[in-house]
Order: sequence, then C-alpha cells, then structure tokens
Amino acid sequence: MNLTVPSETGPQPPPGPAASTASNDSPPRPPFAQDWGRIARMGAVGAVGQIFISLSNMPVKLDGRAIIEGILSLGYLSLVVLPFAVGSRVGYQVRREGVPFHRPGTYEVVGGAACGAVVGGGLSLLAILIANFDLREPLVNWSPILADLLAFNRGTAFAVVIWLAVGAVIGALGGLLRVVPPLAKRILWTVVLTLFGAAVLESLTTDLAEGMGLEGPVEWFYAPRGGLTVTGAIALAIGSAVLAVVGRGRVKGAKAHIDSLEGPARTRAHLGLILATGAVLVILPMFAGKLTNELLANVGLFVLLALGLNVVVGLAGILDLGYVAFFAVGSYSAAVLTAAASPRINPELPWFVALIGVVILTGLVGLFIGAPVIRMRGDYLAIVTLGFGEIIRLLFLSDWLSGWFGGSQGITNIPGAEIFGLAEVSGTDPRSVFYLVLAFCAIAIYVSWRLERSRIGRAWMAVREDETVAEAMGINTVNVKLLAFVVGAVLGSFSGAIFSAKVGSVFPASFLILVSIVILVVVIFGGMGSIVGVIAGSAVLIGVLGGPKQPGLLAEFSEFKLLIYGALLVWMMLARPEGLIPSVRRTRELHQEEMAQDAWLRGQTDEDETADDNNGAAAGRTAVGES
Amino acid sequence: MSSGDPAEQPILETSGLSVDFGGLTALDGLDLAVYPGEIVSVIGPNGAGKTTLFNAITATVSASEGDIRFEGESLIGLDPNRVTARGIARTFQNVRLFANMTVLENVMVSQHCRTRQSVVGALLWTKAFRREEEEIAERGKQVLSFFGSRLTGYRYDQPAFTLSYANRRRLEIARAMATQPKLILLDEPVAGMNPTESAELTGLIGRLRDEWGFAIVVIEHDMEVVREVSDRVIVLDHGVKIAEGDYDDVSVDPLVIQAYLGHGAAAAT
Repeated sequence: MNLTVPSETGPQPPPGPAASTASNDSPPRPPFAQDWGRIARMGAVGAVGQIFISLSNMPVKLDGRAIIEGILSLGYLSLVVLPFAVGSRVGYQVRREGVPFHRPGTYEVVGGAACGAVVGGGLSLLAILIANFDLREPLVNWSPILADLLAFNRGTAFAVVIWLAVGAVIGALGGLLRVVPPLAKRILWTVVLTLFGAAVLESLTTDLAEGMGLEGPVEWFYAPRGGLTVTGAIALAIGSAVLAVVGRGRVKGAKAHIDSLEGPARTRAHLGLILATGAVLVILPMFAGKLTNELLANVGLFVLLALGLNVVVGLAGILDLGYVAFFAVGSYSAAVLTAAASPRINPELPWFVALIGVVILTGLVGLFIGAPVIRMRGDYLAIVTLGFGEIIRLLFLSDWLSGWFGGSQGITNIPGAEIFGLAEVSGTDPRSVFYLVLAFCAIAIYVSWRLERSRIGRAWMAVREDETVAEAMGINTVNVKLLAFVVGAVLGSFSGAIFSAKVGSVFPASFLILVSIVILVVVIFGGMGSIVGVIAGSAVLIGVLGGPKQPGLLAEFSEFKLLIYGALLVWMMLARPEGLIPSVRRTRELHQEEMAQDAWLRGQTDEDETADDNNGAAAGRTAVGES
Repeated sequence: MSSGDPAEQPILETSGLSVDFGGLTALDGLDLAVYPGEIVSVIGPNGAGKTTLFNAITATVSASEGDIRFEGESLIGLDPNRVTARGIARTFQNVRLFANMTVLENVMVSQHCRTRQSVVGALLWTKAFRREEEEIAERGKQVLSFFGSRLTGYRYDQPAFTLSYANRRRLEIARAMATQPKLILLDEPVAGMNPTESAELTGLIGRLRDEWGFAIVVIEHDMEVVREVSDRVIVLDHGVKIAEGDYDDVSVDPLVIQAYLGHGAAAAT
C-alpha cells in the first residue's frame, strides 16, 4: 500500500546482485550507437578538470614522487585519474524498475575510450597552447616545464598524439571496469590499492624495517631514489592478487561471525580485537625512527581532537565550527601554568598538575561560550561557534591580553611534560609524545564509548533527532547539550596541553580557523558518531595528506592538501555520506528509506494487521472533520 | 469513575487561558478542569484550538493570559521538560518518534527526567549506574508489554522507523507512559487507524486509566472512540468552550451541531 508493488502477488525477491546477469536484462547495446552528446559533455568536464589540475602545478610537483621506479610517478598518475573516472562513469546505468538494464559489453569500452580521448584531448590542447602562447603572467604554472612533462621531452606534436592515445586507453580501461566479472574487478582494485599503498607508505615501511633490521627485503622492494622497484611491484601485484582470490569473503565472513556472536562471547571477541590493536600500537613505535613517530604523534593529536569534536557533532548533533578554541585554550593554559617564560603568572607547575588546571579552565570556557551558543539551533549555532573560535584566537593575539599571553610572540620555552618523574615528554622525543597521546586517546575513546551508552548518550541522540520532542519528553535540552559541549572542550584541551609540551611554544597563528575545519572534515570523512571511523579519518587525512601545518606521508601534497580535502569531501558526500567507517546509527539516519525497502523486499516489514481496508474504513467511519 | 466530583481537587485546571499568535486568537479565555482518574475528550472542528490547548499545557507555546494549574501549582513559565517532570506526558498528532532510535531506546530515553545518574557514574561504571540502567530497561519493557507482543521481543532492537503506522502510534503512547506521568494528553491517538485497530486502542485507553491510574485528555475526531472512552466531552470552537457534558448530551447540543455543520444544519434539527 505504501510502496509501489509491481505485481499483484505481493513481495517478490529483489533483483539483487545475484540476479544481475539473469535473463530479464536486455542484451548489450551496439558498440557504436553511443550517446555522443553525453560523451562530449562528460569528456569536456573531465578535460577542464584535467587542465585545472595541470595548471595547479600538481603534475610537476608530484613528478618527483615515484610510484614505480622509472614507469609511473604520482605526477603522471594525477594526469590519468580523470580520464579513468570519466571513462568508467560514462557507461554507467542505474538499475531501475521498468527500465531495461543492458548487459555491459563493448559499448562501455568504446564509450569509455571516446570519453577518455576527449579528456586526453584537453591535455593535447594545453600542450599546443603552451607551445604557442605565453600566459605566464596570470597563470604562474604556464611553463615549459609543464610542456616538457606533457610531451615527455619529445615536442608538442608527440604530446598531442600521446595524450589522445593515453586518454583513450585509460578511458577504455575505465569502461572495461564495468564489463569485467566481479572477481577480476576485485583483483584489479586490490592490486592497484596495494601498489599505491606500498608506494605511499614507503617512508614508514623503510623506517620500521630499519628499526627491525630488515633492510634487505625493503631495498629489494623500494628503489634507492624512491618508488617501488619494477620487480618489487610485480611481486607485490602477484602477491596481492593471490590474496584477493584467497581472501575473498573471509574478512566479511569473520566480521559477520563476530557480529553474530552473543553476550560474553561477543564482548570477548571485541576485547581481543581492541587488545591486539593496542598491542600493535604500543610495540610498533619501539622499532620506528623519529620521522615515523613524529607522524604518529601528529595523527594522534588529531585523533584526540576529532574524538572530542565527535562527542559534540557526532553524538549531540551540535555543529561546532569553532572547535579550535578549546585546543587553543588547552595549549595556552598549559603553557601559562608550566612555562617559566610566560609573561604574567608562571607557577611552573609540573605538567600533570597543570593538566588539572587546564581541564578546569577549558571546562569553564566551554560553559562560558556554550551557555549563549547552545540556545540557538542549526545554522545559527554553527555561525556563532565560528565566531567564537575566531574571538578566542584574537584574544590571545590582542595587545590587551599580551601581558598574559604574549600577543603575537606567544609563549616560548615551554618545558616538556614530566610523567611522575618517570619520563620527560617533549618534542625532541616524538616516541614518548606518541605514547602520551595514545594514553589520552584511550581515555577519550573510553569516555565517548561509555557516555554514548548511558542515559546521557540517549538524551544526546534524542536531541539530535528532534529537539522539540526531546524537550517534551522531559529532557533538559540546554543542560544536555551544554554537557556535550563541555565534554568536547575538555577532550580538546588534552590535545592542546600535549601540543604545547610537544612543540615547546604556542602562538596564536597555530590556532587558525583552518584547524577547526580540518578537524570537522576528519570527523565527517571518517564517519560522524563512529569512534573507529574518526580514527581512520585522521589516519588517512592527517597521516597521508598532512594536517594544517604538519606534513603527512605524501609531503609533496602539502600545497594541494586543501584542494584534495575538498575533492575528497565532495566525493564522500556523493558516494558515501555516512563516512568511511560509519556508525550504525548514522547509516540508519541517511539510508532510512533504502533500509525500509530492503526489509520489505525480504518480507520483514511490520504491516498493519488489516492494512488493506484502511481506505474503505476511513470512509465508513463516523469521523467528523479531518485532521 | 470519579467524573467531575466537585469535592475533589482537579488534577489539571485552566482558568481564563488565552493563546494569541500575533492577531489570531487560538484559545480565548478557556476554563476547564480534569479530575484524577478521569478520561476527558476534547473535540471540535479544525482550527478550534485543541492542539493549541495541549501545546499550552505542555509549555510548547506560552499562554498569553490566564493560568494553568497542575495539582494545584501553576505551570506558567515552566520549560516543557519541567512540565513533563511534574507529571504531564503527551503524544503528537503527526507521530513524532525518535525514528532512528530503537523501540526500546525510545521508551528508555523518555525516562530521562526520572533518572539521576550523572557523567561520573557513567564513566566510573558504578553499581548505582548499572542498577539504574537495568531499571530503565526493565521499566521500558514493562511499558511496551502493555501493547501485547507487538512492541516486544525482536522489536526491542529495531529502529522505530521500521514500525507500521499503527505501531508507531502505540510506541508514542508507550513513550509517554514511560515518563511516569499522572496525566496523559493523547492527540488524535487513532487517526489513520482502521476500525479493528481503533477499537483495540479504545480499549487500551480505558485500561490506561483503570490499570495505570492516569488521568487522560484525548483529542479525537472519531466519534465512536469519543463515545466509547470519555467520561466527559468538552467541545471547542474558535478557542472557546461551547459545550461540556457527557457524550449523549453534547452530541445533540445545537451549538455543537452548528459548529460542525453550519447554521442551516442547526436550524433543521
């Protein structure tokens, strides 16, 4: 009744993936009866994008970073991403009830090739333009270097031909992706991701291997000047392909197995997983060098911040765009309480004692900012928090408070954190910083996990769902939201306190609005409300691409970080709005209708007993008036 | 059935209650009283101010004049959550469940104002906290079992949006019951239900009073239900009470017929 039932006989089995090659599909489309208009349009969009990428200087900058020695660099990879994506997308069909679904075939490959060629044509055009006109004035990257890169140092004519050809081939590969059976697709993706991952993680792997005394195999895999060796790449490709075939369904099966466990067995399985992860995180840094530990410490600081923001945004649904304020207050209060060089008061407390003060101060600031902000809703609240984030930074920068916080000079010579006389944690020893961060992350995870499963967590959920009803059901929404704000603030201040001990100095310039945005992007990208998701989000964004000021594994990306953040975020919102590793609840919120439909297709809906006479009944009832 | 015994103190009493929305007067000097253990129906044509009355009682809109007293104490100036804490729970005309929370969570969360454990208890995982959590779940299940097996068993852990329309209405009543009120306001509880379901729910409304001891105010358009459940019927039109009494008296009142059907119809009778 509420769903459009295609047949009279009631629910039928869904036309799921298993049935995708069933006889109700139409035969493949003829290869040359293409929708040329669509190809031209998508190709043109791809070409513009690819020209934009070229002129942003990304290919030139990234050319220095090899993926496979002598064959592929990150720069050339950035030139073939769009032809591939567009070539794959152009033949895409949505499976709809009543609309014929054509079995993929040569049509997709030809369409992909044509579309890829149009994108490649954009690069050919760029090569011709660079050779004949000088537009260096407005476009700084309009340079012979780019021309040489595009032409492989062989002249403009070669560039024109080669990019048309490369575009067509890559586009055809993209189209082929729609045709090949799932297993082949799986193998292909595993190999590509393994090779890319191995290349990205190069510095990390080498560093770890050296710590463990395994230089030999690593030298075999990685070329001396960066990138995988050809033999190493082939070995990795074969290895990962085998794993893809053997491991098919195993990971999902194991996960399903754990999910199917009940009660104590499930708790034990989860506990085992957590302990194993914890053990790896404790043991790994012992073998890692300074660079890796520095990276891990940076990622950890952002995990801590993201976990704090996750309580505010993910659990209570308060969109806080000024979260950096609490990071700043945490850093500055730790600095004032521990450093001898702080301008006005310098109690020079030990770090752990100062931490108590930091928590109290940040909690108070959280209350102070939160009290007026929390009474607003939605967009207004977001804008006001944005304002408060800036106000806090400007206060630290101001002349008015420079007697306390040193204005733009900030506070320097902050001592490291002394852990009960056992160890001194400072920036010169990133490993100890990482362990300290790890401990506080564990605290933050515990706090979020415990609170989510308490009456307070349920109240947060209710407020996020419908604030008016939550209030009518007896929840003091102001108090509950304020609590989330303060808990988030305190978790953020931990990160700030460690940050000031690690860096040894704090300046207002470290607390730009960009930091708020990056943390929010991490939370959204990883999966709002999901602890594992938030950690994964930090690892990918901060670890690989780099934080606002911290270099990541792909240090070459630093200039293009925000561009890539933006692109990733747009893609994420389109393809997977619930985030990388979403919480069950968030998935529910975003896919309510689909889930209800799936349940209906499985015949598991909750039907009203005599729903069919709903209409007749309403007419026959002695109802006066309508609602 | 203690219907309107003048010696008894009313559990809910409004005097001269008016609500203005800008120039529009939704309620105009309304006096009414509800006594403990009583089921009162509020009926009236669209726009008569029935839902506004509920909103005013639960402080969702503020009264522009007059007083609302619950167990002798004024509710004016309280926040909605305080009103609920005093012991008034409501349902909504257009079902407003926490759709992405599970069935059990819906009835657990509405016990918020009856429970006390703080962040500290939750973080330290204290005995008192665990006991309270168990009690919350227990009470939630108890409330859900009032509706037979419809909202129990595997349904506990299903998100509320998967429920059928009738079950959503039932869950909304369960959620109101879980706040441990003394007075429940039901806003069109059988709207959209088929005759079987509304007959069943009519029986449940009676049992709510008899077994749980709630006083109940019902807004309802279905006259079968109104006749069946109410001890007393109050008829509103344009924010004014035009009739009050038992169903048989009210249903033949010329003013009521005029309000529903217009002048001509009133003249014809």
